[in-house]
Amino acid sequence: MTWSPGDDVVEVQRGPEPGGAGGAYRAFGETLRGLKTTFMRIVEGPVTVQYPEEKVPVYPRFRGRHKLHRFEDTGLEKCVGCSLCAAACPADCIRVVAAENTPENRISAGERYAAVYEINMSRCIFCGYCEVACPFDAITMGHDYELSDYNRGDLIFTKEMLLAESLERTPLRTEDE
Amino acid sequence: MTSIFATVGYFEPWWIQVIKGILIFVIGLSIVPVILILERKLIGRFQARYGPNRVGPYGLMQPVADIGKLLGKEQFRPRTSAGLLFAVAPMISIMSAVATFAIIPFGNVQDIFGTPVGLYGIDVSIGPLYVFAFGAIAFYGLMLGGWASGSKYSFLGAMRSAAQLVSYEVSLGLSLVGVVFTAGTLSLTGIVEAQAGMWYIVPQIVGFLVFMVAGFAETNRTPFDLSEADAELVGGYNTEYGGGRFASYYFAEYLSVLVVSGIAATMFLGGWLLPFGIDPPGWIDPFVVLFKTFLFVVLFIWIRATIPRLRYDQLMSFGWKILLPVATVNALVTAILVVATH
Repeated sequence: MTWSPGDDVVEVQRGPEPGGAGGAYRAFGETLRGLKTTFMRIVEGPVTVQYPEEKVPVYPRFRGRHKLHRFEDTGLEKCVGCSLCAAACPADCIRVVAAENTPENRISAGERYAAVYEINMSRCIFCGYCEVACPFDAITMGHDYELSDYNRGDLIFTKEMLLAESLERTPLRTEDE
Repeated sequence: MTSIFATVGYFEPWWIQVIKGILIFVIGLSIVPVILILERKLIGRFQARYGPNRVGPYGLMQPVADIGKLLGKEQFRPRTSAGLLFAVAPMISIMSAVATFAIIPFGNVQDIFGTPVGLYGIDVSIGPLYVFAFGAIAFYGLMLGGWASGSKYSFLGAMRSAAQLVSYEVSLGLSLVGVVFTAGTLSLTGIVEAQAGMWYIVPQIVGFLVFMVAGFAETNRTPFDLSEADAELVGGYNTEYGGGRFASYYFAEYLSVLVVSGIAATMFLGGWLLPFGIDPPGWIDPFVVLFKTFLFVVLFIWIRATIPRLRYDQLMSFGWKILLPVATVNALVTAILVVATH
């Protein structure tokens, strides 16, 4: 019994043989087609975004530079210094040193607060695990992605920098974009 | 008395020829930056981007910045290079390009303050042959540059351009034979005047196409830029060059693009002649020629943005098996028709 290829046969579409007068004719035609293709790019105009002057808006869920948050009514910090973000961080770029809140010096809403909260932006991979790990929504990912600096030391963001209202340097994408 | 040399009709005082010589050099070298920025801008548009737009208004100062940067660089020479030739080769390249530029006629003889002045460098009676002669010398610029660099990439690039130039120069010459037959003269001004009735692009369309293809190969432009072939040869014959010498090669390349465009405009698009019997005053002629030349320069850039580089064997078989027979048949048919109609 002979083997029947059945449905396994794949028909390969081959073009005409290259070379010869027909090949030259087709090459000429294809050249003209190529010229038309490139010319249409001029008609369409550039798609370039002139970056420093104009920026591509980011999506709401874009993971940029982190922000720390306060309660809007009381002004207390949401972070309670639990270090879950530091534990979740795969790049090990978050350093938290917790301290006890006292009645005279109440900084956060919980028992403890973060005395030191540093994120090393030169190591951060912007995975957003810290945001997921945080039980109080104290840390979220912002929209700022322009983080370059001249010194590595300047890329270690302290708690004050993360709590401060960040510069809105990056436009946010609107609903219909 | 017949001279063994080509006859050149000198009718101008010597000082006008000196002025013309300087003018040709100045104009030639100041058009090159224009082509540079035009190419980068146009290539950008062809690729749906802007091209350089940071230096000066609309980025127009980009070539000045480029050339300034190159000239400010150290004159580096590899230890394995052959000293004198390494320095001379770029000069040969640029000299031959400028010399060819001298015979492009930008207009007929004009009366300027009572002195007859031809708006061209020299009107040699051997026009196209002069072009090929200096094209052959330009080839020494590439070849010596590649060899004198003492580097395998440079040498490979130079060998490739040598084979390429030899292959395509034949077709280039044969493609112009038809024009010369039809015009009955080798003088470029004579050829332009013979096109008064009809530009040679119409009766010599085959010759025109062959000339353009071979012209692309002669100037080492895409799709025939095998001598540079960045991907496999680093930079070809100019791999080891930097600074001012590289700038000379760069200038020579774009100047030869300008020259081939100018020759094409002269031979096939009627030089300074305008269609439909429009006969402007003589001072417009150079602008007409420049306009037509830049049409071809834009075509060069357009092709560069479109067609990928050929493989080496494709280049050779195309040159010898297609281009050369077509050019030969074109020359033969033209010759037969010219003899039959006279």
